[in-house]
Amino acid sequence: MNKRVYFFGTCLLDVIYPDAGVSAVQLLQREGRTVVYPQTQTCCGQPAWNSGYREEALRVARAQIGLFPEPIPIVVPSGSCAGMMKTHYPELFSGQPDEAQALAIADRVFELTEFLVDQLQVVLRDLGEPITVAVHTSCSARREMGVADRIETLLGQLHNVTRVEQAHKTECCGFGGTFAIKQPEISAAMVADKTAALRETGADRFITQDAGCLMNIGGALDYQAAALTGQHIAEFLWQRTEPEA
Amino acid sequence: MSSAFHERVVENLAKAQVRGNFRRAMDGLMQHRLDQFPDTAELEHLRDEAFAIRAQALSQLPDLLEQLEQRCTDNGIQVHWAETTEEGNQIVLDIMQRHAATSMIKGKSMVSEEMGMNQFLEAHGVECLESDLGEFIIQLAGERPSHIVAPAIHKSRQEVARLFNEKFPDIPYTENIEELTQAARKILRERFYAAPVGISGVNFAVAETGTLCLVENEGNGRMCTSVPPVHIAVTGIEKVVAQLSDIPPLLSILTRSATGQPITTYFNMITAPRRAGEKDGPREVHLVLLDNGRSRIYSDPELLATLRCIRCGACINHCPVYVRIGGHSYGTVYPGPIGSILEPQRSGLDKLGELPQASTLCGACGEVCPVRIPLPRLINRLRYEAVRKDAGTVKGAGSQRKPAEAVLWRGWSWAASHGGLYRLAGQVATRLRRLLPSRLGPWTQVRHAPKIASKTLHERLKELGVDDK
Repeated sequence: MNKRVYFFGTCLLDVIYPDAGVSAVQLLQREGRTVVYPQTQTCCGQPAWNSGYREEALRVARAQIGLFPEPIPIVVPSGSCAGMMKTHYPELFSGQPDEAQALAIADRVFELTEFLVDQLQVVLRDLGEPITVAVHTSCSARREMGVADRIETLLGQLHNVTRVEQAHKTECCGFGGTFAIKQPEISAAMVADKTAALRETGADRFITQDAGCLMNIGGALDYQAAALTGQHIAEFLWQRTEPEA
Repeated sequence: MSSAFHERVVENLAKAQVRGNFRRAMDGLMQHRLDQFPDTAELEHLRDEAFAIRAQALSQLPDLLEQLEQRCTDNGIQVHWAETTEEGNQIVLDIMQRHAATSMIKGKSMVSEEMGMNQFLEAHGVECLESDLGEFIIQLAGERPSHIVAPAIHKSRQEVARLFNEKFPDIPYTENIEELTQAARKILRERFYAAPVGISGVNFAVAETGTLCLVENEGNGRMCTSVPPVHIAVTGIEKVVAQLSDIPPLLSILTRSATGQPITTYFNMITAPRRAGEKDGPREVHLVLLDNGRSRIYSDPELLATLRCIRCGACINHCPVYVRIGGHSYGTVYPGPIGSILEPQRSGLDKLGELPQASTLCGACGEVCPVRIPLPRLINRLRYEAVRKDAGTVKGAGSQRKPAEAVLWRGWSWAASHGGLYRLAGQVATRLRRLLPSRLGPWTQVRHAPKIASKTLHERLKELGVDDK
């Protein structure tokens, strides 16, 4: 019998980038995993948590933790949502009656690229045309989850993919969830610099593991009518390695 | 949104040249720090050590302060306690008036900035002169520090040259940094001999020995504390450490984190005034220990971490928000991530509740903090304090709670905790996607609105037969 994993799709992938979510599930399935996607999942609660609305975040998080009863991994195609569940659920649920359940969930959370590399040791075969990409690693994947190098490892396996580095690569793109709305001018200045640095590399595409960054940087590039476009790592990997894709 | 903070942000974001100055300077500081820590394991070990020293010191703060007072007094240093900046300033003024002093010369001290010491003393007829080069420059320009370690970092070499030329027309115009520095040294050197009182900050106060440690690069700190007949040191009560052996690791990580120097040019350890038979040194040394809200911060077990800070400025140097808006946008003495947690706690969230919002929570600050202050977590905590419903421990808690926003979050929370309903709402949104607005307030001023998909991930995976449980 196939090993089972849960998939937590995240609210942004749900309505904006479902292709990336489908690709992530297909990547897992191709590695022989049976994917379970609880249909009543919604959001990890991070937007409210980061805005100081802890009761509201707790309520939403509480509605999620009951959806993953089996002691199997929970794969999340986003550094920030994974970071929320792994590092902030323990704080959010601290002293609550269901704290133990939240801690158990946190223990089983893996960011997608982390899971593909560390747990599945995937071996990828590149079927795509030559392409130059720049990687933008989300701050939460880098600093909260500590998995920034996994996306590089995966892309490094694709022989037709050339990676180039943008200036100030490790710097935030300026999304920050509600930050982009609450501090629009600062966010705009940050994404302007990020897009300029990415465009400067001459890359054909930028790849990231977080939908928030993708929406921010991609939306700005789109607005600038730039040739450069962005793509979620899951979708990029699937398209390049699957003959049928 | 048109707060004073917001107005300053908009104004400073538009200053391309100043932004360029910050970018270049911060890039340099980040690189210098990086060069100092080629061995990550050593860095992490040193951070652990520095964290432990500072955390241990804070855990016994009241005892260490008593011990410090005792040792200092034994050594002949006169210790004064100030609960507020007003009290602190009055203590300094009283000492000066006892000596009929009408001027003072000061080394770099952020606590004196916090006290607004120059403004207070000048209002009482005391002439104040900053002797740290950066502070000297901004005093000439009539400005405030934009960075806690490098106060004039926002100024270009050319701006400083023009400023010197304007204020000292006798000195030939030069943009050469070395010549500008020499000119300032010459001006200051004469003033050191004449000043009746020298004022300094303190980087670490050692309880075990009653020693005041002062870290600096220009020698002005040593001049301020050794040439004038009276030396007044001002510092926050959190700067105390238990013993002398705590100093080497702290000093090492401080200078490497701050400016990327293995050690500063000068490191002063002040233990007593001039003793009988000694030929130099001040005849009186005073230590003013300032609370100014620190005790309140100390009373919260989580926020207490704020007081571990050793003022290296690494969080500021690495902050992607600071590098763009600059130090003056914050409108506070301490800018950047450390300022965004410290200042609202001191002044109240009702006054500075916006500052914890000036962060993307990217974590760059917490990653470099030499004493492992969990800055993003504390920023998050203050966001919570700002909008909480009940009274918290933080000054001005709940003041930023806006009814409309609270209703929005409650509605979101309700919808996102009802999975079936949420899924349906997602489906409806995808079906109506062409009716959704393409303009989304500030988001679409520099970006296109995100494109809603034709079907949700929930639907797609169900169609693909992915198990629900």
